[in-house]
Amino acid sequence: MWELIRANKRKSFILFFSMGMVLLILGYIIGEMWFGQGGGSVGIFFAFIIWVILSIISYYSGSSILLSISNAKEVTKSVHPQLFNVVEEMTIASSLPKMPKIYIINEEAPNAFATGRNPENSAVAVTAGLLARMNRDELQGVIAHEMSHIANRDILFMTFAGIMLGSIVLISQVFLRSLWFTGGSSNRYKSSESGGGQGQMIMMIVAIVFAILSPIIAQLLYFAISRKREYLADANGARLTRYPEGLASALEKLSQNTSDLKSANKVTAGMYIVNPLKKKGMKLSDLTSTHPPISERVRILRTMNSGAGFLDYQQAYAAVKRKNEKIIPNSAIKAKEKVEIRKPSEGARQASAKKTKRDIGDLMMNLNNYLFITCVCGLKIKVPPDYKKNQIVCPRCGRKHAIPFNELKNIAAVAAAKNL
Amino acid sequence: MGALLIFIVIVIAAALFFVSVYNSLVRLRNQVKNAWSQIDVQLKRRHDLIPNLIETVKGYMNHERDTLENITKARSEAMSAGTVGEKAKAESALNGAMSKFFLVVENYPDLKANQNFLSLQEELSSTENKISFSRQAYNDQVLSYNNKVEMFPSSMIAGMFNFKHEEFFEIENKEEREVPKVKF
Repeated sequence: MWELIRANKRKSFILFFSMGMVLLILGYIIGEMWFGQGGGSVGIFFAFIIWVILSIISYYSGSSILLSISNAKEVTKSVHPQLFNVVEEMTIASSLPKMPKIYIINEEAPNAFATGRNPENSAVAVTAGLLARMNRDELQGVIAHEMSHIANRDILFMTFAGIMLGSIVLISQVFLRSLWFTGGSSNRYKSSESGGGQGQMIMMIVAIVFAILSPIIAQLLYFAISRKREYLADANGARLTRYPEGLASALEKLSQNTSDLKSANKVTAGMYIVNPLKKKGMKLSDLTSTHPPISERVRILRTMNSGAGFLDYQQAYAAVKRKNEKIIPNSAIKAKEKVEIRKPSEGARQASAKKTKRDIGDLMMNLNNYLFITCVCGLKIKVPPDYKKNQIVCPRCGRKHAIPFNELKNIAAVAAAKNL
Repeated sequence: MGALLIFIVIVIAAALFFVSVYNSLVRLRNQVKNAWSQIDVQLKRRHDLIPNLIETVKGYMNHERDTLENITKARSEAMSAGTVGEKAKAESALNGAMSKFFLVVENYPDLKANQNFLSLQEELSSTENKISFSRQAYNDQVLSYNNKVEMFPSSMIAGMFNFKHEEFFEIENKEEREVPKVKF
């Protein structure tokens, strides 16, 4: 594990450095535009300050910001015991010091991500759609993948990189919009009167082009690293569960999904287990995707016949991609390690589409503090948290049920405490 | 003067190296211990869950006294087992009794629909998983620790301070390797 973390740090540094350069160049050019000749250093200074402030914020509250952008709610064990158990199992398997907090995102599209600044302060978020669609083995595969991001320290890095990307996007947007509204600043007219008008024009064009390009360059850098991390997390996930097929079939299910995740955006897309924006996603090339193609990830996992260790993944990767690229640093591959693949857990259930839909609905209502009353006729009645009447009539059989107001109040109190 | 300086630098570097290797050996050994205690925690958790399970199913399974009594007996034996060998034996007996029980459950559709039972079943199957994952984590830790103890140059320091090779947690009989499958 330590070897992986060290290799990650090295790569992170290179990426950071390049993204930082993009940020500083952007600052320089905008400074030159706004403050006239010699204003570049002022621009660099401001860009640097913005980045430092955003980084400090992201270190201390980045994960809570990301979780709230994604509409994720922290849940207790009673909401989904199986999810809790699976996370606990994977915490044990990866020898992490503490179990991450668990969040559920109220959305139909299946997806998941992990965030936090270190393993002690981490969180795993999954969507309601994911929980309803996956069987136990598949859920375990997904969670193992996310826990690997936590164990490899990908989470802090991805948060930082996301924030850096965010600041570049922010600065370039502010600049481009300011041009739109003022039609160019007064400084430029003044200096063009004093000669060198053509030079100013060229400078202006360069600035605009760079302001448009820099978010794209930053994004490409961000994506490049994010892709490699996905393979590594897959390898580690297969190793932790000793069952590559679980993750493979989970990924397959995720790829069959056609709906976008509404709460995801370009900056947060890299965090998820599969790209949440594939429909809008540009189909230009591999360069613009945060994730390697799912079909390939599945194929690699399914090629692992001899075992579930790192070496097995590396061999499967080479066989599928037909090139000898190192995914796992040599130092992490222990020659002695023999990792047997376990058997699937029995009766891995495949729920019908209709039941899946109902499960998603139930889970979402549970998250929104609905109360459930099961009628004698078998119908589950869902009572909204602001229901005022004393009793409710079962819409199927007409039996009357008293509303347990105490419970409703309890649920509301718990919800209020969580929102504080 | 120059030679002395070089000598001091070498001594400091050697000391730093020594300390870092020693510390990493200690860290790995503690991780091994911690992983071992995790197995115990999970075994105990299973022992705690069993009375609840028996309580829940008693009403449904009047004809299966024997199966239930077997579980209770195996559980109390497992709890009182002292040595590691005894423990392994008692736990595997408990495993056997549990898998027999879950086979019998198939004949009781009412029980299988009971919400309480279902949640206990999830807890038990998860505890089984946790037991095997904690074994797995223990073995992973032992592997990294043993590698460090055996490989040069850390093997020198390990030898000096008596860092011993740790044993893997191997399960001898095939039966116990297969944790009882809990059906959903």
